[in-house]
Amino acid sequence: MPVDVQNMQKIFARPDSLTDAKSTYCPGCHHGILTRIIAQTIDELEVAERTVGIVPVGCAVFAYQWYHCDAIQAAHGRASAVATGVKRADPNLIVFSYQGDGDFASIGTAESIHAANRGENITVIFVNNQVYGMTGGEMAPTSLVGQKTTTTPQGRDPKLFGYPIRFSEMIAQLDAPVYVTRQALYDTKHIKEATKAIKKAFTNQVEKKGYSLVEVLAACPTNWKMKPIDANKHIAKVVEKTYQLGDLVNRG
Amino acid sequence: MGERLLLRGNEVIAEAAIRAGCQCYFAYPITPQAELLQHMAINMPRLGRTFIQAESELAAINMVYGAASAGVRTMTSSSSPGISLKQEGISYLAGSSLPAVIVNIVRGGPGLGDIAPSQCDYFQATKGGGHGDYHMIVLGPSTVPEAGQLTMLAFELADRYRTPVMLLADGMLGQMMEPVELPKPIEISSLPKKEWATDGAKGRDPNIILSFDLDPEVLKQMNLILQKRYRQIEAKEVRYEETATSDADIAIVAYGTVARIAKTVVRMARAEGIKLGLFRPITLWPFPGQALRKLSEKIATVLTVEMSAGQMWEDVRLAIAEQAETPFYGEMGGVIPTPQRILSEVKKHAG
Repeated sequence: MPVDVQNMQKIFARPDSLTDAKSTYCPGCHHGILTRIIAQTIDELEVAERTVGIVPVGCAVFAYQWYHCDAIQAAHGRASAVATGVKRADPNLIVFSYQGDGDFASIGTAESIHAANRGENITVIFVNNQVYGMTGGEMAPTSLVGQKTTTTPQGRDPKLFGYPIRFSEMIAQLDAPVYVTRQALYDTKHIKEATKAIKKAFTNQVEKKGYSLVEVLAACPTNWKMKPIDANKHIAKVVEKTYQLGDLVNRG
Repeated sequence: MGERLLLRGNEVIAEAAIRAGCQCYFAYPITPQAELLQHMAINMPRLGRTFIQAESELAAINMVYGAASAGVRTMTSSSSPGISLKQEGISYLAGSSLPAVIVNIVRGGPGLGDIAPSQCDYFQATKGGGHGDYHMIVLGPSTVPEAGQLTMLAFELADRYRTPVMLLADGMLGQMMEPVELPKPIEISSLPKKEWATDGAKGRDPNIILSFDLDPEVLKQMNLILQKRYRQIEAKEVRYEETATSDADIAIVAYGTVARIAKTVVRMARAEGIKLGLFRPITLWPFPGQALRKLSEKIATVLTVEMSAGQMWEDVRLAIAEQAETPFYGEMGGVIPTPQRILSEVKKHAG
């Protein structure tokens, strides 16, 4: 049967807020899925013309290329402070920061906690893949006990390097944040749930409710030295034991 | 104009920033600039503007980075150890071509030092401080009223050249009270729109603020743009003041608080028949080297006096080369040179 191209229904397309710039992420990395979800959310909320993305240092340093919106590249760890500056300068802007575990939970610890504690009306996307991807697979503050990295070649020994830091749980102790949640992207079900969470985190800001944090457990097959499919299984079977999924604060 | 008040230097800087249209101010408490922070805490919210006491100096300068990106006039202030912490952010501001004003009420160093007036941060302010090939405009007020005027100018220059500008004062200027005629407030709505700002991509392509490119050729071009801007600033924005130099045999070079003291020394020396003049750089970067060189052609001795071990002295010697004798007298650790002590140094070298 000939295909009726004229009357074909388009059921899946690139979100308007997502550019066609080439991805710099590795195969099997979850950053790409997350980038798409954020772009889709910006589309759905119709806020592209007033959105400013704050991108970090690390694998996502090029993230400003992938959104059809204004963007600022921040110094390592300072994205939440930069987001604060933008939002206070113009509260009508929709400001999100996109930060990895080294950025958000190590070098940016003070900025991350205090932006949350002030209840800045911003959306923070915190990508936890338990490793420094860009610099060569070093230990992250979130690396699991026993995890082998290039700086913990024998595995992370808590006696020497401490335990994996559950940063979202720390943020959840504060009075100001309205929404703190941990999500994953290793299968369709979790992608759908993460999409809902990200939409909620942005909607909270549009509705001027306050600070929202979405932590996303992400795979780094390259530095974990796993096949992408095994990396996905690793999150479900191992990573989730240290980092439980679900809402930690939901005052929305 | 016409509003004449008795105010502390720190308060005048804060009030001038407000009148220059500073819409967002972020800072961390440190002596001896606390009154600046406190003045902003009271007055910025009253005007519907942003005041945040940041969790750290790093956070404060990065909030400045964000507000500057959004296109508003913004400022932070601190004192020496705090300014050291801000260097990363200042380098990013320079690299991303963002206008911002940074106030350093300098205290004695290095390390924790003390809280007394000093000029020991001249190198840090004028030679970079942070990483990378950059300069910022550095303005050195000598009196409390001038601190206000130069604060207004700092915002203007920052916007004109898309660069961070530092007001380099010291604890004495910050703490001292003087009668001041406050500058007239500018109309914020009259400021030109910043087409490059990340204030929402409505009806235009997205604007991106960044200071990096992994392609060395591209980064080189970005650097060349900065260097071209610095040459323009050097050509157009050099500011200095000469006092009693037309018939002088010997001149003092001094800036800030020391220049103020040196003016007294000029009067004292003249009363004793010593033809002493004063050359006072107002812009410390760009340094008024050509004007100083010209002056040195008709003067035998140029004495540099600083509250440091001789930091500006290096720029003085670079400008003058072998044209004149270039002795130095400095105090450190927060010690303020007395007019008598400076005069005795002048006498060592005069005729």
